[in-house]
Amino acid sequence: MNAIAALSPYSSSMGKSNTERHTLSVLVDNEPGVLARVVGLFSGRGYNIESLTVAEVAHAERWSRITIVTTGSPEAIQQISHQLERIVPIHKVTDLTVRGRAIERELAMIKVRGKGENRVEALRLAEAFKAKVIDATLESFIFELTGAPAKIDDFVELMRPLGLAELSRTGVAAIARGAEAV
Amino acid sequence: MSKKMTGAEMVIEALKDQGVDTIFGYPGGAVLPIYDALFQQNFVQHVLVRHEQGAAHAAEGYARSTGKVGVLLVTSGPGATNAVTGLTDALLDSIPLVCITGQVPTHLIGSDAFQECDTVGITRHCTKHNYLVRSIEDLPRILHEAFYVARSGRPGPVVIDLPKDVQFSTGEYSFNENIQHRTYQPRMKGEAALIQRAVEMMAAAKKPVFYTGGGVINSGPAASELLRELVALTNFPVTSTLMGLGAYPASGPNWLGMLGMHGTYEANHTMHDCDLMIAVGSRFDDRITGRLDAFSPNSKKIHIDIDPSSINKNVKVDLGIIGDCGHVLENMIGLWRSGAKKSDATALGEWWEQIDEWRARKSLAYKNSKEVIKPQYAVQRLYELTKDRNTYITTEVGQHQMWAAQFYHFEEPNRWMTSGGLGTMGYGLPAAIGVQMAHPDALVIDIAGEASILMNMQEMSTATQYRLPVKIFILNNEYMGMVRQWQELLHGARYSSSYSEALPDFVKLAEAYGGKGIRCDDPAKLDAAIMEMIDYPGPVIFDCRVAKEENCFPMIPSGKAHNEMILLDLSDDAGLEIGSIIDEKGKMLV
Repeated sequence: MNAIAALSPYSSSMGKSNTERHTLSVLVDNEPGVLARVVGLFSGRGYNIESLTVAEVAHAERWSRITIVTTGSPEAIQQISHQLERIVPIHKVTDLTVRGRAIERELAMIKVRGKGENRVEALRLAEAFKAKVIDATLESFIFELTGAPAKIDDFVELMRPLGLAELSRTGVAAIARGAEAV
Repeated sequence: MSKKMTGAEMVIEALKDQGVDTIFGYPGGAVLPIYDALFQQNFVQHVLVRHEQGAAHAAEGYARSTGKVGVLLVTSGPGATNAVTGLTDALLDSIPLVCITGQVPTHLIGSDAFQECDTVGITRHCTKHNYLVRSIEDLPRILHEAFYVARSGRPGPVVIDLPKDVQFSTGEYSFNENIQHRTYQPRMKGEAALIQRAVEMMAAAKKPVFYTGGGVINSGPAASELLRELVALTNFPVTSTLMGLGAYPASGPNWLGMLGMHGTYEANHTMHDCDLMIAVGSRFDDRITGRLDAFSPNSKKIHIDIDPSSINKNVKVDLGIIGDCGHVLENMIGLWRSGAKKSDATALGEWWEQIDEWRARKSLAYKNSKEVIKPQYAVQRLYELTKDRNTYITTEVGQHQMWAAQFYHFEEPNRWMTSGGLGTMGYGLPAAIGVQMAHPDALVIDIAGEASILMNMQEMSTATQYRLPVKIFILNNEYMGMVRQWQELLHGARYSSSYSEALPDFVKLAEAYGGKGIRCDDPAKLDAAIMEMIDYPGPVIFDCRVAKEENCFPMIPSGKAHNEMILLDLSDDAGLEIGSIIDEKGKMLV
């Protein structure tokens, strides 16, 4: 089985040995159905999507940028890039993880419900994480927090015992460091 | 120059501009304007099939035998869903198709209107690309883009979903031959440095083999010529996948026969023991590789493919060259010549000696009979009696298909039409109709099984209507033979639902359709019966009654390696105990 894993990206994505997490930036023509093509590729070929964000980035050119966080063996991830490139309205696929040093950010809105000491503690932690209060009532806060996904995970875990009521996250947006553009 | 016309007229105009003179289709409410436009012109001939799946396979047969894009026209809803199998078949075998589907008017889309379905949603996964045309302004561009996408790079099927109101509305039509696609520009030329490295690896090889596939055929006849030239220059052995048969002639001295699950002993052993494998337009499909972790363990591998995702998909290679194989082969020949490269003659001599030993096993041998027609014998006789004619062969899927691949020998590309990737029973007859439309004077034979042929039997009516003299040569063993073979080998000979019960009388069936029926069950009378079939100037169903429980050998059992293939033991009437050879893991595979 290990020998097969070394040879085939498909078998290795099932064996959990050398799984990596990669962030792909996909520049697409913003035409109807393009997101369905990308998502359908992942479901049809059994690839993982950990996070997916999409928005138009150049209105005149009708370009959208899709950022996908996926996991798999290095071979499987290369295969994913190549399969994405086959989709006709895709301009460019960049593996930001392979390029290295990419910046990843996510925005989260976190609703916390509580009274008394819990409420004070939640506000104190929010300050420490540089989260903004964007809504408040006498028994709740909504915090807005931007950061790397792990930072948001940490904050959410801290809020859980203090009355975490609801959570909305955007998914990861990512961009490569330096002067070069994709 | 731009002209004003309706959407329906634009479809016809675009077909003309693309040089399409034949299309296959079936009318319905949502394509009536296009059928009306077809009615009022004479350039494009429409072939009325009897089921939309038939239209898709006929377009495939047309495309594969001519190298042109095949076109089909079907209505919305069931018309589109019926075409899905054919589109998927074309996707798996990289056949260029343009499929125009009617759609309900744009204002009704999403309302569950009569004969509405989400065609672009359904076909997204079984096409190379698809379009829903929302306005007349987009139509001329989309029509021509569809042809460009279908034939460029790795070819494939493209769907244009055309709502009825767009067919009726009027707009400006223009055609520009040199479209520059916004995003899709496949790489045709291989990287020179990589090709140079490949040539050096070839010159250093001691036990090389060419492993060629359907990509060589898709690249065009020139690629087959170049392959032949490079094989002659290097004196390397050459084998091919099912899809690539005919690129190198079966009579050529370096030919090893087909490889893979039912490939020859010499082809598979050469693959297993080689030290350099040059894969040209082939994709390391599971029918080819057998057990992946034991696949050609000691070789360096070069892979030439136009599709970057084919490289390192199933098998990791040492050198991947992205490009059209015709271009790359041409560059290889150029570099081989200009660098005065020579194969290692001594090593190659020994390699050929070894190959000749494998050849001597005569892995395709079978036990012939005077009492009953053996299916292999039937294909052999068919080959002998038709090889000197202008013959095209199509097949259905199953044992007969493998016997056709083993015993019918192809000298030229584009002569062999079979469903490889998807394995679609019912492919052969409509494909033969497509071939015959493209080559009216040729002898077109569908080598069929009695089960497969019934899947698209209705197309016999199409053959009669258009006076297409296609020959359906049924190897009738009253079983879904390949299913029965697997049940014998893997499931204790429990023949669950694989017996062809309640078969029609094929002779009467042929006559009912307005063709000729011939039946033969005597090996001594076979030649005369085949000649009768060939000489008849209309469609024929030939009911060739063959040995019922013949197995297709040689065979690489599931989960086994190339050098673990099993051969027919000619001394043993009882057959083989293969059930015990295949382990539990192998049984899980297909």
